[in-house]
Amino acid sequence: MAWFKKVRRPMTAPTEPSRVPEGLWVKCPTCAQILYNKDLTANLSVCPTCAHHFRLDAVARLRSLLDDGVWKEHDASLVSNDPLGFVDRKPYAERLREGMAATGLRDAVITATGAIEDLEVEIVAMEYGFIGGSMGVVVGEKITRAAERSTAQRRPLVIICCSGGARMMEGTLSLMQMSKISMALARLDRARVPYVAVLTDPTTGGVTASFAMLADISIAEPGALIGFAGPRVIEQTIRQTLPAGFQRSEFLLEHGMVDMIVDRRELKPMIARTLRFMGAAPPAAPSDTIPLPAARDAVRAPEPTLDERSPQDT
Amino acid sequence: MSTAILEFEEPINVLLTEIEALCLMPRTPARHQEIDALRHRMLQVRQEIYSTLTPWQRVLVARHPKRPYTLDYIGRLFTDFTELHGDRRFGDDHAIVAGFARFDGEPILVVGHQKGRDTKQKVYRNFGYARPEGYRKAMRAMKLAEKFDRPIIAFIDTPAAYPGVESEERGVAEAIAYNLREMAMLSVPIVVAVIGEGGSGGALGLAVGDRILMLEYAIFGVIPPEGCAAILWRDTARKVEAADALKVTASDLVGLGVIDEVVPEPVGGAHTDPAAAIRLLAPALSRAMQTLTTTPPDLRLQQRHDRFRQLGLVGIDGV
Repeated sequence: MAWFKKVRRPMTAPTEPSRVPEGLWVKCPTCAQILYNKDLTANLSVCPTCAHHFRLDAVARLRSLLDDGVWKEHDASLVSNDPLGFVDRKPYAERLREGMAATGLRDAVITATGAIEDLEVEIVAMEYGFIGGSMGVVVGEKITRAAERSTAQRRPLVIICCSGGARMMEGTLSLMQMSKISMALARLDRARVPYVAVLTDPTTGGVTASFAMLADISIAEPGALIGFAGPRVIEQTIRQTLPAGFQRSEFLLEHGMVDMIVDRRELKPMIARTLRFMGAAPPAAPSDTIPLPAARDAVRAPEPTLDERSPQDT
Repeated sequence: MSTAILEFEEPINVLLTEIEALCLMPRTPARHQEIDALRHRMLQVRQEIYSTLTPWQRVLVARHPKRPYTLDYIGRLFTDFTELHGDRRFGDDHAIVAGFARFDGEPILVVGHQKGRDTKQKVYRNFGYARPEGYRKAMRAMKLAEKFDRPIIAFIDTPAAYPGVESEERGVAEAIAYNLREMAMLSVPIVVAVIGEGGSGGALGLAVGDRILMLEYAIFGVIPPEGCAAILWRDTARKVEAADALKVTASDLVGLGVIDEVVPEPVGGAHTDPAAAIRLLAPALSRAMQTLTTTPPDLRLQQRHDRFRQLGLVGIDGV
């Protein structure tokens, strides 16, 4: 005779689908508040209770910053051809397809022209949903072109950084995008056109060690992870657990690495304010704004190449 | 000695040990012949092994503890080297050396990553992992070169920038980024030589120039193969595949337009004959310097710009 008669049935998931649709509610990771997704979106994905900043996709970001939520996108057709034929556990080509399907973009960045409080800007928004916002050849080329347009049009550059760093699957070509973009930014700098970088969660690796740290004004969003080496790599190196708040925006502010931390809901007016200080003015400039200063160092800015020269130069 | 023998070099080592043993015995004509035959065989085997190195094996060669380091090149290629210290902001980083010297009799400024040879030196040089001060010292020295119109030679040999708390606190990312931007605009010629490990941003922070030379068995990559394997394969043991996939070898990179010239090493790699390896770099360096110093500065800057501007276009459809 059996001692225990009750046979335990293994737990199974309910066969009937839940009547609550997916994604209606979100739990805030900081204050554990359950938030209605539509409310959260209406609040620029900032928790209304504790101001935790959720990650914003590139389109929502541009909508939140640009006047009337409109912009003119550039270079949307550029697409990586997988130059190394990279395969790890899955082919890079497949990761690219997944990224495109998930984001509707062809790579991890949108570059556009738009206006922030009537100030025309070249704006770059990185898309974390596309292979972690990683920088490969397409991201490098698009940001370089944005910086070049900025220089040529004397229109301020605004870059919203959100990236894990250089894209491994394009190898050393990804690494070289750091110097390619920095070189374009050198010319922007010498031309004295304003550049504002917004560092959002996360901004790490090769993105931090190039354009994210080269802005005239650096603005961080609260609580964002910003650093060069990843926290896990550092922990392995020093064999200690890192203090809480290490590599967060507040840590960077304390160590002099960013100018300010700005709540996302205040970001647009703050960017506009910094741009106005640096001389940006609406197209029909009122007389009380200072025009952008002329380029400074004729020796350092090399001659334009023949094809860049306008007819009256020759 | 045993740590300096790479696994795939074992057949060479077996022959070398045998030759060594025979040399200890009394010399007879027959034994002499045997030694010669063995030596010949050893060279053959070495040639064979080194002509078919896998990317991972090249990574091991690039990191070989007996490979010549920056100061070895400085000592043999240049004269009158005077080292400069400190970034004037925080300290002096021993993982990067900077100074002036003469090359082919002409004054130049040299910067480079420096690894240590023995344990004490390794610690002193922080295993070649530079901190922000190193990059800032290098930039300070390079601005000095620009001010007094001296060409720059940069040696690249680092696993990475130092991934530690103080690096982040003192802005290693900013230090590298600033170098990338400013090296792009320095008005003097810059020749870069990747002599060992070109470890991602930490290497790139000194590697913007008019010409990038790379030694035959050096590597230059966006992430160490171990790190890439840990992230993408979730298994560090897949480093061999990662090394292959990442295309970090000199021959790969010349094809992708990342580097300009592959500099041959002696058969068996620079560590088998450091003096010969250093001698082999000299003509390539002279040639690059000769071309660049005779190019007008404006044109040279434009060419430097164009060189970096085209990087990666090969990987884009719809340009």
